[in-house]
Amino acid sequence: MKLYEIAHSRAGDKGNTLTLSLIPYDESDYPMLCSAVTADSVKQHLSAIVSGEIIRYELPNIASLLFVCQHALLGGVTTSLAIDTHGKALSYALLEMEV
Amino acid sequence: MKQKIRIGCGAGFSGDRLEPAIVLAEKGNLDYLILECLAERTIALAQKRRLQDPTKGYDPLLERRIESLLPLLIKNNIRLITNMGAANPVAGAKKIIEIARKQGVIVSVAAVYGDDVFTHLSPDTEAIETGKPLQQSGELISANAYLGVEGILSALQADAQIIITGRVADPSLFLAPMIHEFGWTNNDYDLMGKGTVIGHLLECAGHITGGYFADPVKKPVADMDKLGHPFADVFEDGSAIISKVEGTGGVVNLQTAKEQLLYEVINPHEYYTPDVIADFTTVFLKETGENQVLVTGGTGKTKPQTYKVSVGYKAFYLGEGEIAYAGASALARAQLAGEIIEKRLKPQFPDLRIDYIGSNAIHRTNFGDTSTPYEIRLRVAGKATNAADVAIIGEEVEALYTNGPAGGGGVRKYVNEVIGIVSTLIDRQNIQPQIQIFES
Repeated sequence: MKLYEIAHSRAGDKGNTLTLSLIPYDESDYPMLCSAVTADSVKQHLSAIVSGEIIRYELPNIASLLFVCQHALLGGVTTSLAIDTHGKALSYALLEMEV
Repeated sequence: MKQKIRIGCGAGFSGDRLEPAIVLAEKGNLDYLILECLAERTIALAQKRRLQDPTKGYDPLLERRIESLLPLLIKNNIRLITNMGAANPVAGAKKIIEIARKQGVIVSVAAVYGDDVFTHLSPDTEAIETGKPLQQSGELISANAYLGVEGILSALQADAQIIITGRVADPSLFLAPMIHEFGWTNNDYDLMGKGTVIGHLLECAGHITGGYFADPVKKPVADMDKLGHPFADVFEDGSAIISKVEGTGGVVNLQTAKEQLLYEVINPHEYYTPDVIADFTTVFLKETGENQVLVTGGTGKTKPQTYKVSVGYKAFYLGEGEIAYAGASALARAQLAGEIIEKRLKPQFPDLRIDYIGSNAIHRTNFGDTSTPYEIRLRVAGKATNAADVAIIGEEVEALYTNGPAGGGGVRKYVNEVIGIVSTLIDRQNIQPQIQIFES
């Protein structure tokens, strides 16, 4: 199953760093996401997009994960040659991941 | 001192819709309206306009926004705080006074500035992103420090009804009225953290009411054509209820609030603003009714000893060309076109980028999806130091009409100057926020 079926996400940017939240629709899925969607597995899934380190933050109070991805925006919003310079569409790249 | 204030956010970026702010001012029962109109690069572009005309350099939509809002601000006794001053808050304040006089309205306007550090920042200062002197990035055009609440607080104490700033950290626009109305002290860092959380949730306006959120399959949102922008009832203990005006489109719920809390956060344990290093991991969110989310928790520790400075520089000229193919073998023909362009342009443009829109252009991969799209659009992009050189990219794509694969149509070509942004830090001692009051 794709993450899209059980979780939602919002992408954000700061310079060349991409942030991706991962929020289960049902909060009881949070522990499962914590064990299945690690920094390493996301790094592997997004290998074509993110060339730097990925740090995962856990936010149990709101049952959400946050992935902070370095070197992910081809130089960043102001100087990238890509179409989506902000990487705003990349939340749905994370949701393509199979779990 | 008040026990509760209502703060609305009527714009989340410079080009945002005009009418949600009008709805908030008309029907929102607001104490404060905030318009956040300054993205990272906006101020560098505004600085270019100011250099061409010293009476400009404020937000290009300022006149339209103020003309429609001013009568409502007066009628409903709402104070407006906005960073629409961009590169020239004083000129922005004078323009507001001019509009007020034309409307026959008495109003006090404060310009908050001191963020422009271009003249006292050495071009040899190291850029955080590159580790090299700023000037090596390109010709520098602007340098603005992210100020905190101080200047806005002085303006609130001076009873200005409209406060127009240059670069101020977005959450500070919201935190300042809380400090002012509740008598919080600036070194109560837990309260600074709570107020910053509330500001962060509101600052992108439509983001927390269902914009940049809706998905008709999984997250349907009603009436997005009349999306309401949010307001918060903020209480003196730093908790708040986020909501929106009844009858507007959109939704405020646990999901929209969670997405926005984590938006653009690079470390939720330490969210840096000039006012506080806030901890977002201690926040609790709870739905308390239809379109109502209660925000509690949120903490903070100390404030940074430095201000972040955004430095704008002339990066390069971007040239782009696009052409479309449809029907059988659309992708194959687009790929042939891409190969032709690559052979002709790659020697001159080593960074040349070739995208197949409809296949793998947006995510820069398609995760191995081999299905054949019915339509595909080739997009070519490259950069150079002058406009004439990059114009070749669009011209070469256009020439595919008669020299390229069958059925290529809909060419568009673009040349744009690109302003880049790098950042650095500056000691707080070196910056003194200033205010100037104008009366209509």
